[in-house]
Amino acid sequence: MIPKTLTIKGIRQGLLITLSEGEWGPQLDALGAYLSANPAFFRGGRVALDVGARRLNGPEIRAAAELLAHHEVELWAVLSTDPTTEAAVQELGLVIDLGPSAAPPAAGPAAEDELSRSAGPLADGLVIRRTLRSGQILRHPGHIVVIGDVNPGAEVVAGGDIVVWGRVRGLVHAGALGEEGAVICALDLAPTQLRIAGHIARSPDERRSKPVPEIAMVRDERIVAEPWSAGW
Amino acid sequence: MAARALTITSGKGGVGKTTLTANLGVALAMQGQRVVVIDADVGLRNLDVMLGLENRIVYDLVDVIEGRCRLRQAMVRDKRLSELFLLPAAQTRDKSAVQPGDMVRVSDSLREQFDFILIDSPAGIEQGFRYAVAPADGVLIVTNPEVTAVRDADRVIGLIEAEEKGPARLVINRLKPNLVRQGEMLAISDVVELLSIDLLGVVPEDQAVLGAANRGQPLAFSENSSQAGRAFHNIAQRLQGQDVPFLTFQEPSFLQRIFDFARSGGMGS
Repeated sequence: MIPKTLTIKGIRQGLLITLSEGEWGPQLDALGAYLSANPAFFRGGRVALDVGARRLNGPEIRAAAELLAHHEVELWAVLSTDPTTEAAVQELGLVIDLGPSAAPPAAGPAAEDELSRSAGPLADGLVIRRTLRSGQILRHPGHIVVIGDVNPGAEVVAGGDIVVWGRVRGLVHAGALGEEGAVICALDLAPTQLRIAGHIARSPDERRSKPVPEIAMVRDERIVAEPWSAGW
Repeated sequence: MAARALTITSGKGGVGKTTLTANLGVALAMQGQRVVVIDADVGLRNLDVMLGLENRIVYDLVDVIEGRCRLRQAMVRDKRLSELFLLPAAQTRDKSAVQPGDMVRVSDSLREQFDFILIDSPAGIEQGFRYAVAPADGVLIVTNPEVTAVRDADRVIGLIEAEEKGPARLVINRLKPNLVRQGEMLAISDVVELLSIDLLGVVPEDQAVLGAANRGQPLAFSENSSQAGRAFHNIAQRLQGQDVPFLTFQEPSFLQRIFDFARSGGMGS
């Protein structure tokens, strides 16, 4: 579903979008179309853009920032191997390097869009070993595994599946880039809200007295949750 | 030994941060510790009133930061305990007058002369909270057994973990055992399960706390007159590394009361 001209991966400070070579205008158009198609995944996030060896001026970079801002995404860094581009990026007060020292101080809710320190280079999956607390957002284009709880007020948004080895009380959104086949599994699935691709469900109001592991998926255009049985 | 700086915070307002700070300050000083309590709620100061020291304030925290006085001049010695000091907040300024670095500097210059620096944080997660936790070696999270207070506490714990200001320890304040029993209030175990941090103490609801605050004579001064006063002293002891068992808040059940009534000789006694 991701257009060929761009790649997306999760990094510690949010998302890194790499634009392939080609003219700037059409590239931005493709990015804009992709953001429009997947608002749930990007909204409220922070993005670093890797523009490769392109030579860009201030207005061109500002156009990218404005495009992202239009989709409620904050551009905080632009990576380039071209010194002219780097200078223009710094001129705009943006970061040119993803190193830990370059990470902006945590300020405002957007800055808390974070991935765990322990997360190394990411391929397809992200494993987080801690409890996600109210106000924390975890966003990753691939699959997410949380070893810990997802507390009320926390959000987990994945392009792929979400597995929680713990209690889910917050909001979880699997298949947020449009993957209808994504699933959500948890030892105790009692989220504030459950989303898979474009579907939304909430937990039944009565709490189950004894929680059982469950798996949620889309079936006949609705989200259904079923107890997980070992013989499955 | 250099002092430990502990910030008392909560996210939500009105859960008892200032009450806990005042009472812990008193309890620690009564147990022989050298204590300074810092009111970090610039613009909305209360700690001085609760300690009954309002009329002794000459300079304040912002005067120190802006160089209008020496740190020692701004410190108010408690009228009852010679080892308890208050560094009051400015009332006529707001939180923009203090930067995190200022609090770190002030705390560092107090470390040599004290055993404990207790910082009473403002409510919220903005500037005031940020500078209040900046110098902390540890954080005490105060919450009430209510869903909203616990939610805010969880948010604050997340921020503290992100800033690596831990370990955060939990104080549950204003527990009403009879309401828990009726299922109208979260139980201690529910709160601890959700927040998953160490429980440092539980303070039961006690009307005497309010009266004591209004009189400027924190309840911890009369250690054994109430369960709340006892709870504050227990927390103070745990902060010094002592292993103190938790109070149990068993209110007598209906049957137990009938039994006691019968044993006491009934109406006649």
